[in-house]
Amino acid sequence: MRTPLSPLRLFEPRSLRDALRLLADEGPLVPLAGCTDVYVSLNAGAPPGTRFLNLWALDELRRIEVRGSTLMIGALATYTQLARSKPVQARLPMLAAAAREIGGIQIQNRGTIGGNIGTGSPAGDSLPVLAAAAAVVVLQNARGRRQVPFNRFYTGYRASVRRPDELIVAVEVPAVDGRQWFRKVGTRAAQAISKVVMAGVRADRPRVALGSVAPTVIRATRTEAVLAETGDVAEARRALMTEIAPIDDLRSTAAYRRRVAGNLLERFWADTGIADRRSPIAD
Amino acid sequence: MRFTLNGKVVNVRAHPMKRLLDVLREDCHLTGTKEGCGEGECGACTVLVNGAAVTSCLVPVGQVRGARVTTIEGLKRHRALQEAFVSEGGAQCGICTPGMIMTASTLGPSPSLDEIRSALAGNLCRCTGYGGIYRAVQRAGKKKHGGRL
Repeated sequence: MRTPLSPLRLFEPRSLRDALRLLADEGPLVPLAGCTDVYVSLNAGAPPGTRFLNLWALDELRRIEVRGSTLMIGALATYTQLARSKPVQARLPMLAAAAREIGGIQIQNRGTIGGNIGTGSPAGDSLPVLAAAAAVVVLQNARGRRQVPFNRFYTGYRASVRRPDELIVAVEVPAVDGRQWFRKVGTRAAQAISKVVMAGVRADRPRVALGSVAPTVIRATRTEAVLAETGDVAEARRALMTEIAPIDDLRSTAAYRRRVAGNLLERFWADTGIADRRSPIAD
Repeated sequence: MRFTLNGKVVNVRAHPMKRLLDVLREDCHLTGTKEGCGEGECGACTVLVNGAAVTSCLVPVGQVRGARVTTIEGLKRHRALQEAFVSEGGAQCGICTPGMIMTASTLGPSPSLDEIRSALAGNLCRCTGYGGIYRAVQRAGKKKHGGRL
């Protein structure tokens, strides 16, 4: 590991209450969940900080449950848990599909939904799902909780409204009406980070969300409006091109991402338009 | 730092942010677990924590406090799998082999080729082209313990 250990300090709370108190008294601290992002940085010699807060032992943040019509997902739920969870499969199959395509099984066993939200990479694969599902992020500090609509959570590239003394403790997903769709395009199915990732919901008011095409995950609201008003996917594709701002980077080019984003929109519309198609989740 | 390593309770004095990979190799002197990429992509450092495959280069040892850790040295119940890697040419240079075997050991009985390919998607091999590896896992799956690997 290229980062020397001696300057690093790890705080190890036994409960959420302890963790929030440590954040208030000792902060700012870098929260550690499954470490699948933070340890990549540490291994590369680019630590995101020197003081860390180990959340891994806080089992109270691992629960996935249904309350009324809302699916409550604890921030420490791993991708393996999400992929296997019956309530997730039943209510949010596009999230189960995304969870199965993140990393390999070793990453799925460790990576968490709270970590994906907190890292806030524009390529985070669960994020378009949460955007399309109109999820709500639950933030908590020592004084209380607040709920932030997912589509207002990010303020810029890897930047969010989370304050330094707050933890992401859960994500709440209201019932999603309509056919859900998810597709990730990358170099290979496992391990590769997305070049473009899209989640969609086919309903009277369709929802379309994409990753890796802008500094943050986006809801393509103009594209959605065209689909809702006209159902004309060619026109919606033109609208989408005005809503995304992909870049050239080590994984792909802006031009390729534009083309793929347009193709995914058409695929979403075609796949979800046929009433008797068995699985709305694309493979 | 107390945890169970290959069935025995160990107590390691290490910085809680030291990588489990380094603790295994340097403090516990178990060098069967290999470092490949150091960023969770290649799977060479795969070990089991409470029965689940993880890349030990991404795990701070502080997160295995009280857990059961199994490395290739502790995989005594999976001889069929290890022998099949030998007989099917599943190992060439060998650096990916411990990680491959650790991940394969988490598969259920008589796995299909599809299940094997999906399970091993996070373990990279630059030598074999994977054919020998998949054959080895299939062979072990059929052989003993009613197909248990």
